[in-house]
This record gives sequence, C-alpha cells and structure tokens, in this order.
Amino acid sequence: MRFVDEFRDADKAHALAAKIAALCSPGREYKFMEVCGGHTHTIYKHGLEDYLPEAITLVHGPGCPVCVIPMGRIDDAMHLASRPDVIMTSFGDMMRVPGSNGSFFDAKAAGTDIRMVYSPLDSLKIARQNPDRHVVFMAIGFETTAPSTAMTMLRAHAEGLSNFSVFCNHVTIIPAIKAILDSPDLRLDGFIGPGHVSTVIGCRPYEFIARDYGKPVVVAGFEPLDILQSIYMLMLQLSQGRSEVENQYSRVVPWNGNLVALKAIAETMELRPYFEWRGLGFISHSALRVREKYAEMDAERLFSVPGVRVADPKACQCGEVLKGVLKPWECKVFGTACTPETPIGTCMVSPEGACAAYYNYGRMNRDRVPEAARAGRP
Amino acid sequence: MTADQVGHQADPGWIADALREHDHAQRPESPEGRTRLPVTDREQQVLDRIDRARRRRPRVREERVTMSHGAGGKATQTLIEAVFLETFRNPLLEPLEDAAELRILGGRLALTTDSYVVSPLFFPGGDIGDLAVNGTVNDLSVSGATPLYLTAGFILEEGFPVAQLTQVAESMRKAADAAGVCIVTGDTKVVQRGKADGCYINTAGVGVIARDVTVGVARAQPGDAIIVSGPIGDHGITIMLARGELDIEADVCSDTAPLNGLIAGLLGAVPGVRAMRDATRGGVATILNEIARAADVGVLVSEDDIPVRPEVRGACELLGIDPMYVACEGRIVAVVPGDSADAAVRALRDHPLGADAAVIGHVVADQPGIVRLRTAFGGTRIVDLLVGDPLPRIC
Repeated sequence: MRFVDEFRDADKAHALAAKIAALCSPGREYKFMEVCGGHTHTIYKHGLEDYLPEAITLVHGPGCPVCVIPMGRIDDAMHLASRPDVIMTSFGDMMRVPGSNGSFFDAKAAGTDIRMVYSPLDSLKIARQNPDRHVVFMAIGFETTAPSTAMTMLRAHAEGLSNFSVFCNHVTIIPAIKAILDSPDLRLDGFIGPGHVSTVIGCRPYEFIARDYGKPVVVAGFEPLDILQSIYMLMLQLSQGRSEVENQYSRVVPWNGNLVALKAIAETMELRPYFEWRGLGFISHSALRVREKYAEMDAERLFSVPGVRVADPKACQCGEVLKGVLKPWECKVFGTACTPETPIGTCMVSPEGACAAYYNYGRMNRDRVPEAARAGRP
Repeated sequence: MTADQVGHQADPGWIADALREHDHAQRPESPEGRTRLPVTDREQQVLDRIDRARRRRPRVREERVTMSHGAGGKATQTLIEAVFLETFRNPLLEPLEDAAELRILGGRLALTTDSYVVSPLFFPGGDIGDLAVNGTVNDLSVSGATPLYLTAGFILEEGFPVAQLTQVAESMRKAADAAGVCIVTGDTKVVQRGKADGCYINTAGVGVIARDVTVGVARAQPGDAIIVSGPIGDHGITIMLARGELDIEADVCSDTAPLNGLIAGLLGAVPGVRAMRDATRGGVATILNEIARAADVGVLVSEDDIPVRPEVRGACELLGIDPMYVACEGRIVAVVPGDSADAAVRALRDHPLGADAAVIGHVVADQPGIVRLRTAFGGTRIVDLLVGDPLPRIC
C-alpha cells in the first residue's frame, strides 16, 4: 500500500539498525523518551525494539491524552453524563477508563446516555437531532485534538446551536515535558518529539530543551522507520556533541506549526492557571479551558461539577509509568490485578498507554536483529 | 455464579491477592539479604506471574453485560466460561468447539446453534438470511461434519416490512440450496416496536461426521502449519462501511459463503487435519489464541504471509484497526501437520472459495499460550485476544 509500506521497509530498518549500532560507545547507556503515546504504540505494534542495541532504552513519556486525565475529572464527566437532560459524547478510547464508580461503558450499560463519536463534529449532528436535550462533548487531548474541538465550537456558534457544550480537558505538552526535565528521578539523553502535536505547535517550542537542558530533540513521524530514523538522528547528535531540535517528520510538520489551528484554539480557549495531571500532579498553565466569550458552550460553567480531587487506587503506579520512572512491567499490579479487560489505571486502558502497549504487544521474550546484537563490540 | 464472584472491578481483596503474589516473587532467595536480580530475570518473573494470572479461572467482574461481552474476545470468553460453562458443565460442552459431537446409535453427529443480529440487514455480498444459513453450515463443517438439516427461529419487530422478510427468507432458501441442506423446522416470535431491531434470526443445525476424522484446536502440535483459506477481514469491513457512519467508500463485499465443499476437499486430500475454525467474530487473531491456549503451544505467524485485500487493509489503516481481528464469514483457519502443508494449500486452492489460501505460520513449542507475529517491518509482537468491541453486531 502506497504511503504506508515504504515506511515499514524491513531492509531499510536493518540498514538503520547497523548505523545506530555503530554509533554506540562501548559501555555507555542511552535513554531516550518518546513523549507521545502514539509512538509507544508504533514501537510495540511493529516490534521496533528488535532493532535496537541493548544499550538503548526507550522510556515511555506522558503523551497519552487518556492516561493523564486524573480520576476526579472522569467522575466530573460521569456526574454530567448522569443528568437526564444530557447526552454525553466521547471518543472511543475514553469509554473504558475507570472512574471511582466504573467506566463510561459501565454507565452506558446501566442506562446513562453516553455515545461514542469519531469526530467532535458528530456531536453537533446529535445536538441537532435532539433539540430538547443538551449534548456535552468530553474533550480530551493535547494540541493535536484541541483544534478540532475549537472548530466544532466555532461551527456551533455560527449555527446558533444552543444545546451543545464542551467539557474541556485539553492539555498542553510543553509544561509536561518541562516537569519531566525538572524531575530528579530520571536521567534522559534525548527526546523523540511528538509528531502530531508538532503539526499544530511546530518545532520552536522545544528549543528550550536543547538550549537550556542540553538534550537533543527529534520530532518524529508515526511509522516505524520514522522512529528508527529519529533514534539514529539522536545518536548522531550525541556522537557529535550537538543538542538541537531537528524535524524528522518534515513531510507533515511545518517548523512554525499550523497558524490557522493555533488561531482557532486561541479564539475559543485560554490557559488554566493550573491543572491536575495523573501522576505528574498539578502543573501550572498546562491545560486549556473555554474562554468567557463562549461561556454558553462551557459545560463547567453551565452545570456544576463536583470538581473533587480523587486519589488514584493505592495499588496503581500509573504516575511513575507516565513519568518514565517505572517500566510498565515494574508496576506491582501489572498484568495480574491490572489488565486491559480489568484496568485499574489509565495506562492500561488507552491503546496509546505504555502498559496496554506492552501487555498487548510486548509481553514476551524477544530476539534482537544481528545488527543490533553486535552494538558496542569492537 | 455466586455473588462473591461478581465483585466490583476495584475489589480490594483481589488487588490485595495480586500484591501478595508480587511481594512473594520479589522475596530474596539468599539468606544474606536482598540480592538484586538482573533486569531480564526480573522481567521474566513478571511474565511468568502474568502467565499464571491468565490461566486462572475467569471471573466476570462487571455488574452488567456490556457490549464487550458480545465481541468474541476476552470478555465473551470469560462470560461463556464463568456463566454458561460453569452452570451447564458436561463433557460434550467442555471442549467449547464450534459444534458438539454426539454419539448416537453408533454414529457421530455434530450439533450447533448460532444467532444473527447483524446491522444493517442487507449489505454488499449478502444479507442476514444467507449469513444465518452459512454461519451454521460452516460451524458444522469445521467440526468435520457433513451438514444436513437446519432449524430457523425468527424474532421480528412490530412494523418490519413483509417484503424484506420475504427477501431474507428467499436468501436463506438459496443459501441452503447452495450448501445442500434443508431448513426443516422453525419458530416465529414478534415483539413490540422498539423491543428489537427489525429482524433477528437463530439457526441450529445437525450434520453427520461420516469420515474418520477427529478435529479440535487442542490437537495442534509443534511443527504444524497454520493455513487461512483466503483474504481476511472482508465481512467486517463491509459491514462497517455499509453502516455509512464513517464516510469511507471502498469496493469490498462480504465473503459470506458455505464452506462445506471447500472443507470436504481439504479433508479428502489431507486426512490428518488437526483443527479447523471459521474466523468469524474476533477474526483470525482469536482463532490463533484459541489454538495456543487449548493445545498449550506457541503460535508464530508472519504478517507478510497473511492475505488481506488492499481495500480492507486501507480501511483498517484509516480506522486504526488490525485486520487480524476483523470478522470473516467465509474463511477457515486450518491446522495441519507441517509435511501436509503444501497438499492442504493445493486442495484449498482447487476450490473457488480457497483460491487465495496460504500458510500464514506455524505451531511452535516455545512460549506456550502466546501468539507471536513477525511484523512486515521485521519486528516481533504478541497478538492477544481482543479487548473491547470495535464493531458490535457484525453477524
């Protein structure tokens, strides 16, 4: 298939594996964080680690929108959904996330009107078909999905639709990366930058990572060769003593981002003073809320939500996994009490979550390709 | 099913059990104190612990039935084993094969039943009628039986157009004729408007196991070859696109077909066939997991060798789903001894419904219970049972 197969070419992967292996200094360990959950998914789905030398470890980052939503916000959403006049719409990957009293799926089975949508615009269709009820869209995601929420709000505003609102949980990636860089738990050698977020925000926002923290960043695409090439580019920077922001995903990511999308976000949303992230705690200016101008489309203003902070279950170590401090299998309940069918934490729910990716795809003994196995040997 | 088995998913007792097991595994072996294990050994311990957890008796943790329970994946399996197998347990039911094998008056009969709730009722390549006949014919055929007689039960919603019902019945007749079976008894119920969605059909079927064959997924052995009879995922993608919710158009149609002729050809050419399954809900991935679990063997398949039509692959890429989990209604997965693989593929290809049959992988001894896929990219990953339901009411 065109535009897909050329980015999954095994011959090119072997060639890259040899080049990466050749850059490994004997005795040195390398830790790279792939910030985005989409990358984590690709790495496991295609078995990419088979191509990496033992000295290179990929650390899974916080860029999984479903994973970072704290339990209190799920409970708030459930509270909104349980109102008889409300139809809640949500992306599919939110449906199985456990709140204090079960997931959206459980609530749906018990009669709550929660509907899965593929695009926020589908919510408007539902709102038009149900003029006597109020449709609340559960908006989640980084800068990747915020523009589509913004465009939906602008469309609803233009149509004068009065029975649609947004429960806004959009988060921004840069403060989370900064929190990880400032955390003493983890020593990283570089970042595989989030490709889809960067289509919106561009590459400039990462410059402080290279400049102030001295860590290379390579913004990467989502096919396995994209990621392998990005690892090669990181290794090349390290071997040459450089720390720069580079764009591997230039076929999609413009250096300055997408100004139309950024404008739509700025028109409809503003930064919250602070927002709670699962595992990372409260991070200032790290999330978006609906602007005053569009208050009639802000579910938090229209309806009261409990807004209670709910602690994660005691056994859950999603926070450590999201920060990259623990590998998924190092969590105490991984694979025994917490599985994709009975998740305790969010990282086991979303296909982009590190635990789900490792459980579904990576839970086995693997063999490295010969090129990778030879790394670091004279 | 007792009340304590239907615990809430955050049941503290059960989490406490897992933590206890974790601590036990972490306990140092040497009396001098804690010796840190090498990373790979620690990961292996976790893998072993997960393996034990997966082999435990399944429990339904939900308080209500969710759509996942009908998806053919892990939740369906848990519901069947924890509720139905637990309650009805008997030696004939226990193998949980597609059809039960009965010994009556010295002969062997196969008996099966299946219900159809597909939406929409009419789709490119077929409708609920031929699906209901072919599905039951295929469940009998993969059990090694020659299908003979079918029953048909209808649950109709008040207001359902008679013209559509006639059309469905006509499709059933044609499908039965094509498969050489008779629909010999039936039942009709009507429920109030809104209490059903148009038309649901149940069919049951009996067949005779005349040949000297015994098939079952538990018979798979290391060295065996795994074969699919044609491109996978056609039915599921067709239904998904026929619903018109995705604004994707592709030239695909359902593969619904009676497979008794194809299977008779295979059994004639390769008497040693170990197992056959038709890859319906849950797709080929679910069948491979059933093989790995029932026979306690490893399964290793190669993504490059799995036939998938470009249209189906394209739709799957767009939707972010894996064709391995998408339903087929006219494809079998067969396990045959390794040295019979070529003969089996030849026999399947001799039949029009098996023209694209291919060996997709092998049964292996290592990592029992786990299905591994060699990806087209050249890496390796697990193919697990499906969790959740990407597409309800596929058949």
